[in-house]
Amino acid sequence: MSENTNNNKEPLFSYKNKKLLSNPIGKNNPITIQVLGICSVLAVTVQLKPSFVLAIAVVSVMGLSNVIISLLRKTIPPRIRIIVQLTVIASLVIIVDQVLKAALYDVSRQLSIFVGLIITNCIIMGRLEGFALYNKPWPSFLDGIGNAAGYGAVLLAVGFIRELFGSGTIMNQQVVPAFLYEIGYENNGLFILPPMAMIAVGIMIWIQRYRDPELIDVS
Amino acid sequence: MAQKFSNRYIFVFASIMVIVVALILSLLATLLQPIQDRNMRLEKMQNILASINIEVERQKSADVFSDYIIQTKILNHEGEEIEGDAFEVDLQEEIRKDLTERQMPLYIAEVEGETYYILPLRGAGLWGPIWGYVSLKSDFNTIGGADFDHATETPGLGSQIAEKDFQDQFKGKKIYDQEGNYRSVAVVRDGADPDDPHEVDAISGGTMTSNGVSKMLYEGIRIYEPYFKKQQDL
Repeated sequence: MSENTNNNKEPLFSYKNKKLLSNPIGKNNPITIQVLGICSVLAVTVQLKPSFVLAIAVVSVMGLSNVIISLLRKTIPPRIRIIVQLTVIASLVIIVDQVLKAALYDVSRQLSIFVGLIITNCIIMGRLEGFALYNKPWPSFLDGIGNAAGYGAVLLAVGFIRELFGSGTIMNQQVVPAFLYEIGYENNGLFILPPMAMIAVGIMIWIQRYRDPELIDVS
Repeated sequence: MAQKFSNRYIFVFASIMVIVVALILSLLATLLQPIQDRNMRLEKMQNILASINIEVERQKSADVFSDYIIQTKILNHEGEEIEGDAFEVDLQEEIRKDLTERQMPLYIAEVEGETYYILPLRGAGLWGPIWGYVSLKSDFNTIGGADFDHATETPGLGSQIAEKDFQDQFKGKKIYDQEGNYRSVAVVRDGADPDDPHEVDAISGGTMTSNGVSKMLYEGIRIYEPYFKKQQDL
């Protein structure tokens, strides 16, 4: 991914740029293909609502941090680049947290513990290290948003499955009708516990590779 | 990346970065502090009102608070009233003190002719502090309502103590048994007996947080016993 200096006239949404956005959602998904950021997927997907809030938060932090690092990329000394990346991510997360506490207090109450989880999310640093350090701000922005969206999509899917089967609700609204419980249906407690998130992600990885044999790693 | 950076450059770069980041963050924190404090005060009022089953939007909670809360007091461990503004007492500091030095806030509310005594509680969950308010009816035995909150409990599991379904279970429970012994209300696993006035259902997957709630209620209500006794003797 070396820097291309003669693409000044490239349209904002060229084929290449669109790919930056769409690839991480499918064929190069950070969770199901690169298997990064698994920890937060296990932690927050018990219900759909926290999954959704975290997905939004990660999209904003990732888009911004990619742009900032990309703007600074020529001035950052390689020897301390990791520290610089961490500082940028941590500061952004603190800023987001502080602003939410003042302006959107209810949202910040829901985020609670996630703020810390965003800082430790390895996908963010992975993209800074792997892409933003070598590319211009606009492609970096798209890459950040794309990867965060790929992460968010898996988060939402797992959250949906776990809340539906574990609690019988979606977004805290009861969706499994009462008569099913009367004829003996029960919520599955396993779905509430973290191992089920692991199994769900595993099954998603399996299905994706089954449908697209190119992705199978033969090594 | 072919550029070579001198040690001096690295030091200067790191120093500037640290100073810029520190400036931005401290400026932001100072600017936003008053708004954040206001939000927290309003939320506290909202939570106190929730314990007497009055739901109100946060923005309006200050007005509604003064409508319902007729008296606020600070008590000592012997149930005597002491000087001070109950609303400003920081429970986080108080629970670290020895019981004899502790300031115990009490809010007295009147809803539709009935008097409620609201006790603030604070305890430990799985990852961090949990807190809440429980209201007792004027018999100092029946729970009128409860409201709990937390900052860092596991999302979707322990965090459910802050949800209405969990809190509503406490309504009408009793803290004394028929012989008058202090029992509090326990959060139990594997299903509480709905007829038992001292039990409510725990949260699946949130056992540690549920236990924290039990302990917080047990410890937090007990210290007000001298005050209850005094009031009943009057």
